[in-house]
Amino acid sequence: MASSSTRISRLLSRSSASLFSRGGKGYLGTGFSRYSTATALEEEPIKPAVQVEHTQLLIGGKFVDALSGKTFPTLDPRTGEVIAHVAEGHSEDVDRAVAAARKAFDQGPWPKMTAYERQRILLRAADLLEKHNDELAALETWDNGKPYEQSAQIEIPMLVRLFRYYAGWADKIHGMTVPADGQYHVQTLHEPIGVAGQIIPWNFPLLMFAWKVGPALACGNTIVLKTAEQTPLSALYAAKLFHEAGLPEGVLNVVSGFGPTAGAALASHMDVDKLAFTGSTDTGKVVLELAARSNLKPVTLELGGKSPFIVCEDADVDQAVELAHFALFFNQGQCCCAGSRTYVHEHVYDEFVEKAKARALKRIVGDPFKSGIEQGPQIDSEQFEKILKYIRSGVQSGATLETGGDRLGSKGFYVQPTVFSNVEDGMLIAKEEIFGPVQSILKFKDLDEVIERANNTRYGLAAGVFTKNIDTANTLTRALRVGTVWVNCFDTFDAAIPFGGYKMSGQGREKGEYSLKNYLQVKAVRYV
Amino acid sequence: MTALSNGHAANNSSLFKIPPIKFTNLFINGHFVHSLSGNEFETIDPRTGEVIAKISEGRKEDIDVAVKAAREAFDNGPWPRMSGAERAKIMMKWADLIEENLEELAALDAIDAGKLYHLVKVVDIPAVANCLRYYAGAADKIHGEVLKGAREFHAYTLMEPIGVVGHIIPWNFPSTMFAAKVSPSLAAGCTVVLKPAEQTPLSALFFAHLAKQAGIPDGVLNVVPGFGPTAGAAISSHMDIDKVSFTGSTEVGRAIMHAAASSNLKPVSLELGGKSPLLIFDDADVDKAADLALLGILFNKGEICVASSRVFVQEGIYDEFEKKLVEKAKAWVVGDPFDPQSQQGPQVDKNQFEKILSYIEIGKQEGATLLTGGKRVGNKGYYIEPTIFSNVKENMRIAQDEIFGPVLALMKFRTIEEGIKSANNSRYGLAAGIVTKNIDTANTVSRAIRAGIIWINCYFAFGNDIPYGGYKQSGFGRDFGMEGLHKYLQVKSVVTPIYNSPWL
Repeated sequence: MASSSTRISRLLSRSSASLFSRGGKGYLGTGFSRYSTATALEEEPIKPAVQVEHTQLLIGGKFVDALSGKTFPTLDPRTGEVIAHVAEGHSEDVDRAVAAARKAFDQGPWPKMTAYERQRILLRAADLLEKHNDELAALETWDNGKPYEQSAQIEIPMLVRLFRYYAGWADKIHGMTVPADGQYHVQTLHEPIGVAGQIIPWNFPLLMFAWKVGPALACGNTIVLKTAEQTPLSALYAAKLFHEAGLPEGVLNVVSGFGPTAGAALASHMDVDKLAFTGSTDTGKVVLELAARSNLKPVTLELGGKSPFIVCEDADVDQAVELAHFALFFNQGQCCCAGSRTYVHEHVYDEFVEKAKARALKRIVGDPFKSGIEQGPQIDSEQFEKILKYIRSGVQSGATLETGGDRLGSKGFYVQPTVFSNVEDGMLIAKEEIFGPVQSILKFKDLDEVIERANNTRYGLAAGVFTKNIDTANTLTRALRVGTVWVNCFDTFDAAIPFGGYKMSGQGREKGEYSLKNYLQVKAVRYV
Repeated sequence: MTALSNGHAANNSSLFKIPPIKFTNLFINGHFVHSLSGNEFETIDPRTGEVIAKISEGRKEDIDVAVKAAREAFDNGPWPRMSGAERAKIMMKWADLIEENLEELAALDAIDAGKLYHLVKVVDIPAVANCLRYYAGAADKIHGEVLKGAREFHAYTLMEPIGVVGHIIPWNFPSTMFAAKVSPSLAAGCTVVLKPAEQTPLSALFFAHLAKQAGIPDGVLNVVPGFGPTAGAAISSHMDIDKVSFTGSTEVGRAIMHAAASSNLKPVSLELGGKSPLLIFDDADVDKAADLALLGILFNKGEICVASSRVFVQEGIYDEFEKKLVEKAKAWVVGDPFDPQSQQGPQVDKNQFEKILSYIEIGKQEGATLLTGGKRVGNKGYYIEPTIFSNVKENMRIAQDEIFGPVLALMKFRTIEEGIKSANNSRYGLAAGIVTKNIDTANTVSRAIRAGIIWINCYFAFGNDIPYGGYKQSGFGRDFGMEGLHKYLQVKSVVTPIYNSPWL
């Protein structure tokens, strides 16, 4: 299996469609556009080669309607039209799901079976996910708007990889024997924490599913997962495959719904033992408050960011431009770790801005089901409007709009790849998370200055460092107060690498061995 | 056939159809090849003493070719350069293929080693697949550490595969030992030259065939059947092998370490003999304890390095225990290993058979009381009666030497201190068992006994994640668990100055 970083770099190189030989289902269009010519967007959207089979809540191993009978529409971001009506979980549905998860944890076979058996079920699930790669990828793209090739060639393979990784952890969760003063024998038992509530975002629906569900299941927990209301479809499909793989009923429950109702019910539930949330910092605060006010459940948060991407004087400018472009525009800019503050050393600044602008102009925007597309529509009208508002703010505050700045086409939520230069630290576009295809380029003089400026944010999720000098790399690596530093690379994710934030970008780490801690209780046992 | 423990001949031919033997050549660089000399040796059916197949006999020159292939595969091949996840995928596939060939593999071990077919089928071969999966899952979890330097340095460790590993494995658990050695070394990214025991080369060759089907690259796994003094010695003294792992007798372990020392100082791990004590305390359930003691010595015909060959029983229950143990031993069924009713097959070969019978004679001469057994079963093959001696003194040879057969030395003790002292009175330190309901007794004895694994109210409780190996002259290094993986890794520390760091 080629590593996904290899795949990402293939995407990075903007290879021709022929490189994407696998996973395509005949979406070979020729009408993709550079963003400036939006005619292709006026064409009829390509019909995805997948049926929406599951729209109900998945509780206790069965698909059921919401108790209220309510549904909500999930929309195609290419057009704003309805894909399907999905059962809308409310507080009483969350109660039902928690009861199922509680029963599965307290009385069911899952926490009691051997770790080896849990591993086998997770491995079987991974095989099924792999088998249904193309259906999952199509659902993901339809619901989210991300390029199909990205879904089919990066994200679903990574989903499979993550579950195989966590399967391997199931039988390697070790407590310790502990030395103690006096005549004692002490050991620690690492036990599953219980019922985990998990609330995931819409930008990487299935990858976030894997980051949350993988470690929780490997440790023997049961789960109530709330998907984002924008993207409920793929998780329902994936969760069904887990049941086909032999996951006992009640272990993984999926409740579609909205934050203020279903999400809040989960966060404040007295019978949920742990909560994990990925999303905005504002919502993260609410989640933490609800946990504090209810049963003091421990919370892990993976929140927003305004990650610096630092291009040093000695960097290869062409490579840096390409990587900085990727760091910001990947996934329509809808990444919490997007490199949204591009700091460029003054000696290479002008050259960098010119090349960054040229690169953005070449970005291929269009129907995400078309081959070769780099950028699809934003997720929904709310995000779309918010991004356009930030662009106006950038212009008003005096930043130079190098390219882009407007919507693309007249239908759906496409935004032009947008580049600002001469951005100052105090501007809104340099301070707030835009979550869209808007690159802000800032100028710096020396290392100490850029360290101070890069750290001058309430966020601390990630940073990119572009330099050939080992001392510069080491200094920046240690000085940046962020959870991930990428040196001469960006967005390289692997199952084993922990991810999470400093400061108001969150608490706790996901992926890698670190993620297991989130789902384990430690019991110290002391014998006299 | 009727399998009997009371002296009836166990010589009927099996109802089981033995599969044709497909692989008899050396497996080197992805191909089955004849030995360079053209020599062959016979592998024998211990039920009858008859020849199963003729096997290519690897010698020094064949080991050289195999090491060359393994060296090339390590230095220039894809295996150590793949991600752990890619290695894992191939190993998982291999595990699936082993499960698909379960019955044939089980038959090979049963016919070659005299092991119980129905047990090998449900225990040994599935355990090979499970062990491969365990270490496949570990392949992408090999972490170095980033270090807090005492000065202004940034330092970290890289855990790198050690290189070409030589494995020399025994005949008593041909498949289990193959998995215990090969799985972690392959997960680590090493390449392998493995010598199976000359008594049991068949399953290892079949595993090699499946490895190739699964996609293990050529040269990564080489299997060279042959004898210790020739092929084994060539491995342990080879200048181009980076590590040797051996399971077998203490005498041979010493020779291997010596050869490693006088050649390229390769690190060695040794899993050797044992004379493991089982301590049964007054508060034990006597019936269950007798079952455990009997299983501890008779499982796999006593051909297991952790056999509970010294059983110490506290005086309060001694008489009752002895009576029950003898009753149970007499009811134990010795017979054709393919008969589902059999609990014990033949010893592996004539040498072992004669050695065990000679130890039984020694026990009698030393003055121990033969409570039951003591003779061969039938007149063909290498079957021996379950044998129990009482009135054994700690200094008798049957209480000191590893017999590696169904011969149990029963002793009495009074206090916990006396039990501990007696249990530790051995040059070995592989395993120990404790039977008690008292938590303090269990804790005290667990810590006091100098052995690599302690079983409390159980015996032979193995697991892929449970490290296993010896104290004292039972060897050093551990198989299984993450310990079993780390011995195939080199640790490289990388250090560079760090300037202007906000923290140290």
